[in-house]
Amino acid sequence: MEQTSRSLASSLSKAKGLGASHTGAHHWWGQRLTAVALIPLGLWFAYSVAGLSSLPVDEIYAWIQHPLNTTFLLLLLVTGLHHGQLGLQVILEDYIHTKGLRLVLILLVKFAAITLGVLGAVCLLDIAIH
Amino acid sequence: MDKQRPLSPHLQIYKPQITSVLSIFHRFTGMALAGGMVALVWWLVCLETWKTMPECYTHFQTFFSGIIGRLFLVGVSFSFFYHLSNGIRHLVWDMGYGYDIATVEKTGWMVIFFTLIITALFWVSLLF
Repeated sequence: MEQTSRSLASSLSKAKGLGASHTGAHHWWGQRLTAVALIPLGLWFAYSVAGLSSLPVDEIYAWIQHPLNTTFLLLLLVTGLHHGQLGLQVILEDYIHTKGLRLVLILLVKFAAITLGVLGAVCLLDIAIH
Repeated sequence: MDKQRPLSPHLQIYKPQITSVLSIFHRFTGMALAGGMVALVWWLVCLETWKTMPECYTHFQTFFSGIIGRLFLVGVSFSFFYHLSNGIRHLVWDMGYGYDIATVEKTGWMVIFFTLIITALFWVSLLF
């Protein structure tokens, strides 16, 4: 292939089009994919929680224990936390200019999201099987 | 930092426009919804410990029926409907549509009206 520009990038790297960081597309895709999934999940939860808010605890239990509700709650929990930590990461990357602090805060957000996800899933599944 | 490089306009002196204000709001509401996810996990934890430690759920209910808790829930529901409708606007842009200024401003106002109306309807259905 004839080189027309003075760029040092190889033809392969131009075709991949990922630039200097070599990565990033998965972050963008993950954010969009979870966004699309959260449209029905979020609307379903907003509709459900409006009905649940006035119910006594044993009826909330019965609602959660329905397999479809357990499934959608688990999906909402995982998808929502994943989408949230991706978004918070971008905000931190944009506004925290100190490299070390930025890394620490991003890691804290990611660890918090995973911990909340596991905690929520454990509680949800424990309710579901009792 | 190189002071000679071109700088983006400072928010403080830049005239607020529907495009920039809605963009900033998308981030703020996103952060509020992260707080909403924490509340969701708190709710699940208190439900799970309801039989062994009922005070967790009692505290949860007391907090969310109080003024601060109610304001939090109004904020999270507003944030949800805003982030949802403006997020759909973003997904349409990602597909390559709606970029001309007239359309961007029109869909922006649509997001504002949708959010206010749905949030109001949501709370009317909750409280009455």
